[in-house]
Amino acid sequence: MATPVLSIRNLNVTFNTPLGELQAVRGVDLDIAPGELMGVVGESGSGKSVTFLAAMGLLPPRAKVTGSVILDGEELIGARPGRLRSIRGRLMSMIFQDPLSALNPVHRVGKQISEMLQSHQKMSNREADARSVELLDLVGIPQPADRAVQYPHEFSGGMRQRVVIAMAIANNPKVLIADEPTTALDVTVQAQILEVIQKVQEKFGTAVVLITHDLGVIARVANQVNVMYAGRNVEKGVVDSLFDHSSHPYTRGLLNSLPRMGLDRLEPISGFPPNMLNPPTGCGFSPRCKFSRPECDEALPELRPFGDLQTACIRAEEIFSVGARTL
Amino acid sequence: MHGWIRGFVLSKTEIEMISPRRMALKRFVGHKAAVASCIVLGLFILAVSLSPLTARYGVNQAVRKPPNSFLHPQKLAWMGTDDIGRDIYSRLIYGIRVSLLIGFFSAIIAVAIGCVVGAIAGFRGGQFDDIMMRVTDLFLAFPFLVALLVVRNMLGALSFLSPLIGDKGSIRFIIFLLALFGWMTVARIVRGQVLSLKEREFIESARAVGASRKYIIMRHLLPNSIGPIMVSLTFSVVAAIIGEATLSFFGYGPQAGAGTTSLGLLVGQAKGAVQTGFWWIAVFPCVSLVIISLCINFIGDALRDATDPRLDMGH
Amino acid sequence: MLRFIVRRIAWAIPTLLLVTFLVYVALRLGTNPVYSFLRANPRATPDKIATYKELNGLGNNYVVGYLNWLRHFVTFDWPRSIKGSREVFPALKDALANSLRLGLAATFVGIVIGLAIGVFAALHAGGRRDVAVNTGAFIGISIPPYISSILLQLLFAVYWSRWFGHTLFPTSGVYPPGHEGFNAILMLKHMALPIVVVAIQIIAVYSRYMRSSLLDVLNSDYMRTARSKGISERRILIRHGMRNALIPVVTVAAIEVGSIVGGLIITENIFDYPGMGRYFLTAFGDGDFPLMMPWMVIIVASILLFNLIADVTYAWLDPRIRLE
Repeated sequence: MATPVLSIRNLNVTFNTPLGELQAVRGVDLDIAPGELMGVVGESGSGKSVTFLAAMGLLPPRAKVTGSVILDGEELIGARPGRLRSIRGRLMSMIFQDPLSALNPVHRVGKQISEMLQSHQKMSNREADARSVELLDLVGIPQPADRAVQYPHEFSGGMRQRVVIAMAIANNPKVLIADEPTTALDVTVQAQILEVIQKVQEKFGTAVVLITHDLGVIARVANQVNVMYAGRNVEKGVVDSLFDHSSHPYTRGLLNSLPRMGLDRLEPISGFPPNMLNPPTGCGFSPRCKFSRPECDEALPELRPFGDLQTACIRAEEIFSVGARTL
Repeated sequence: MHGWIRGFVLSKTEIEMISPRRMALKRFVGHKAAVASCIVLGLFILAVSLSPLTARYGVNQAVRKPPNSFLHPQKLAWMGTDDIGRDIYSRLIYGIRVSLLIGFFSAIIAVAIGCVVGAIAGFRGGQFDDIMMRVTDLFLAFPFLVALLVVRNMLGALSFLSPLIGDKGSIRFIIFLLALFGWMTVARIVRGQVLSLKEREFIESARAVGASRKYIIMRHLLPNSIGPIMVSLTFSVVAAIIGEATLSFFGYGPQAGAGTTSLGLLVGQAKGAVQTGFWWIAVFPCVSLVIISLCINFIGDALRDATDPRLDMGH
Repeated sequence: MLRFIVRRIAWAIPTLLLVTFLVYVALRLGTNPVYSFLRANPRATPDKIATYKELNGLGNNYVVGYLNWLRHFVTFDWPRSIKGSREVFPALKDALANSLRLGLAATFVGIVIGLAIGVFAALHAGGRRDVAVNTGAFIGISIPPYISSILLQLLFAVYWSRWFGHTLFPTSGVYPPGHEGFNAILMLKHMALPIVVVAIQIIAVYSRYMRSSLLDVLNSDYMRTARSKGISERRILIRHGMRNALIPVVTVAAIEVGSIVGGLIITENIFDYPGMGRYFLTAFGDGDFPLMMPWMVIIVASILLFNLIADVTYAWLDPRIRLE
């Protein structure tokens, strides 16, 4: 594997809330190489978005972040705000879930892209505007010159998300983080947006992190995958291996809840994720897990290499031997 | 910034623990100024409702034989005396009682009217809604005191109304007059609330199973708007108390006589202090009025914070 | 946009007529103009009374009477005031100018300070400074203007001169009695206390308004997007935060400016300031119908005008709004 462009080590994020300390992320490790498209899966509250908001330095001040985030050899946790600012949008940028609210409603979309360009490159207004139009064209917006002077509310959801992508890639970043970019969109539009993201990744060799709760999306575009549960990585590795022989009960649960040809019964995972104000000492999934044993609740399971996957389950070997489809 | 952690799922026990009512109470009690305001206001109410005991002299009783006018605050008269030797402290006790009565009653009437009109306007929409919004728009934009004075005189001139609302100088008349102006803001709040609730799923489902409009309003819309209604009730009380004081200040309030006075009349009297320079005549009534309206405002604000979870900023 | 404005103005005329008709009825019922005339002019000849009734449209039933009044009003054949038989237009014009001067100054001071405080509070939301601002604003809202006026008058008219032996801020009028001509410093000294009284209220209202508007914006997703672009905090605050947060505030401020025309009734009366507010209260006290009706027309017209201005400003600032 090539040297990672972004590498996260033992990242912890806690929030101070009126109800106590909420441990959103608990010791996440993660590497992504240039040109890779990594999917990050988990249900809401698993800490997948918070992990990357922390990497971007976009969490509110009351969030406590510890650990290490190294982007292109530079440590970001504890970096000066000015330094972080110059990295955000230039080396690493982000696409958000809801394109409706992610764009400022009172500025023309072209100007919003130009702002991104001009804050990191010396560019005249005219150059920036021309470049914005090129970017809009690149992400597949028809009549880009006319559309650049329109306001966000004049765009459809899918088109707005393209604008957000155009903005995010304006400075040709090394890492592009897409936080559920298709969740708010129609199914037909989802595929188009994924295509745009893939095209960007292939054309510029950008490392893309695709945060989603939809394994179907992962299967379609990602080459690496990282499953998160209760603020931890529970399984990660190459996408195909994960789909073929995942050895973590949670991942298997997710796979079994996917609709598939020839399978007429979906199996949802029963129960609720743990309360992160008071997280369990052992494996967070154990109360919902068919394989759970008393020792599961004793200590947090660490990621262990398992085939070409890494799995955080003390019973991974047994689960592997049970076979892929019988859970 | 609460939106940034909105994704976190709470466990079932967690959800039960923070029932809306408990959470609202918790937030209200966390509002220190509001708790203090409740205590202060409670003391005021206690003092004025026990007025024969707490007041030291009658409303129009002089503290002693002349010379008794403009006495400094002293043992004989804790807050001094006015131009004809009456005890300002005792008059304040009686005056605050009248003002609080006016405030509460006209606020209750205003909120009742406002709820009905607002709920109908929001639910039915259409022309009724349009006309109501236009009328309230205009009234709210019109100089308040001018509208109050003109309507006061007009209602006073309509003699057929007087059996119901009483004579121009009576307290009953002032209550009705202030209620007549107070319902509009309440109606707008209730209307807005109804409009937003109308689109929510539980109303849709009630409608889908064929619940009548009246049933939906009574069982779903009003109970769900209780927070904003309580808030507007408190603000209506302040508005009525200040409205009465404003009218009295310019001599259009309830007429003093028959052994009553009001906070507004006392503040109006304070004008005299400016020429003569007897500070206690101005300061005590004015400060009482400010404290009362401040307390009720704080309580209303805390109620709003407590009943509107959107405003919970996580601090 | 132009079509919208034209249509709104076209709508404003019937509204104006309807409202002035209602005001006419209310004043005729409530202030009994004929009786007031006789009280002010006990020795008026029957001839004079008839002219008075004719010019003011007071003789017939309400509809005919109103139309009669309207005819004289639009042909600028305005009746004279019942007290002292003064010309109405010059009095109204002076009152309006005085009110605008006081009102604009106070509103400007109040809004600028209020917005600054509101921004400060929003940026420190939840902190001790925010609580202090919030408490201060509540106290400001809870003080009716006559109370701050009385207390300020007491302090400056009575105690200041008693303690320091001279008058710093006079408490009534625009100029000292007998003063002729224009003197900016004297005028400012006279206006200082009324401005403070009015500004306290405006500061209290606008600081809270600005705070909540800016907080809404600060918590919105596009602010996070702006931050993710790596632009400076200052630029984020001004270009994305303030630009959006000011939209509702500006709209309300436009209506606020419109309400200046009605005068600051309470303040003007206490400080004996010859503006629209005192004009009306005096006329109302005398039951002076010829003075009151043109005042009402101006008030209603300005409400309609500034509501239109508010709508147009809103559409101009927020591209999502379509004027239909």
